[in-house]
Amino acid sequence: MISLTSPVRTRAHDWPAGAKLAGLCLGTMVLFLMSDARLHLAALVAVLGLYALPGAVFLRDGLRKLWMLWPFVLVVALFHLVDGSVLAGAVIIMRLITAVALANLVTMTTRLTDMIAVVHWLGAPLRRMGLRTRPLEVAMALVIRMTPVLLDKGTALTQSWRARSPRRPNWRIVLPFTLLALDDADHISDALRARGGLVTPED
Amino acid sequence: MERNVVMIALFAALIAVLGLIPKITLGFGVPITAQTLGVMLCGTVLGARRGALACLLFLLLVAIGLPLLSGGRGGLGAFVSPSVGFLVGWPVAAFVTGWIVERWRGAPLTLVAGLASVIGGIVVLYGFGVVGMALMLEKSLVEAAALVTAFIPGDVLKAAIAGMLTAALAKARPASVLSRAA
Repeated sequence: MISLTSPVRTRAHDWPAGAKLAGLCLGTMVLFLMSDARLHLAALVAVLGLYALPGAVFLRDGLRKLWMLWPFVLVVALFHLVDGSVLAGAVIIMRLITAVALANLVTMTTRLTDMIAVVHWLGAPLRRMGLRTRPLEVAMALVIRMTPVLLDKGTALTQSWRARSPRRPNWRIVLPFTLLALDDADHISDALRARGGLVTPED
Repeated sequence: MERNVVMIALFAALIAVLGLIPKITLGFGVPITAQTLGVMLCGTVLGARRGALACLLFLLLVAIGLPLLSGGRGGLGAFVSPSVGFLVGWPVAAFVTGWIVERWRGAPLTLVAGLASVIGGIVVLYGFGVVGMALMLEKSLVEAAALVTAFIPGDVLKAAIAGMLTAALAKARPASVLSRAA
């Protein structure tokens, strides 16, 4: 499956994922504690500068991911224009864009495998307490594998609907779709059990 | 054990696939996506605990960078956007929905699952969503609520569909509707 990691390789791709995540937590906290508009403007410009560093492709990709915020920006801008508290509105909008941009930046520069390694590392205290984290890791892999499979089945169902009916497929298709998925789940769990199950004695 | 894990993973994948269904635009111009239908189904079919776990698993995969939210969104940015409250509310919504379906056995399943989806998937979920939006945009709760009311008719429709689907699934695959299996 395609993850949101940017294909444009940056130096940040090689930084440890845990450090990037910790930095992101810290940075986001600082953003929410700051209230000075000048500091927020500086932070916004700095983060957009980081997007520009790896080149135009990376910048365009990053800005496109931020575009989804426009309804919120519009609503807040209108509210504060009517209200008269323009500066307060500007702070909220800048903080919103900077926070999302910073978080997206970490996602864009961290490979899925590195993220999964962090999840595994975070599970270490649980394992020491005697909890098994293997079912979680198998479940993550299963979702990643089953999503495209389910999507294919859904597409096939839609096509057979179109072949038989002059009307467009509607929500009724969700029932046969869910039935297919449930039957798949039975087969997968049988297969997992036949291969020794999720929890082996040495775990 | 294996079956529970697979069912949880399956419903997480189902939420993802429902997010890929193109948006339907209601009569008055509000787009609705099928993704929260998946959250409701997690509760009505899997029950409280497994339903909540399926939502948590889905959110974990979104957080580590998979574009599973509707419109191909995902990554850590989704958790600092103004709609973060809705995401945080998903596991709770699925839990409440599932809890009601598990406990309330005296009425037809269509009605129970439908109403449970309204309470979990709308009342509880919008509670979280509105608080999140009010905090992120520094607006009062009433102002934040006004921003999201347009989406409620679509969600009522989804709750009705969730109710009918759950009843139909219980007829076709009674053993798979885990909320009623025990």
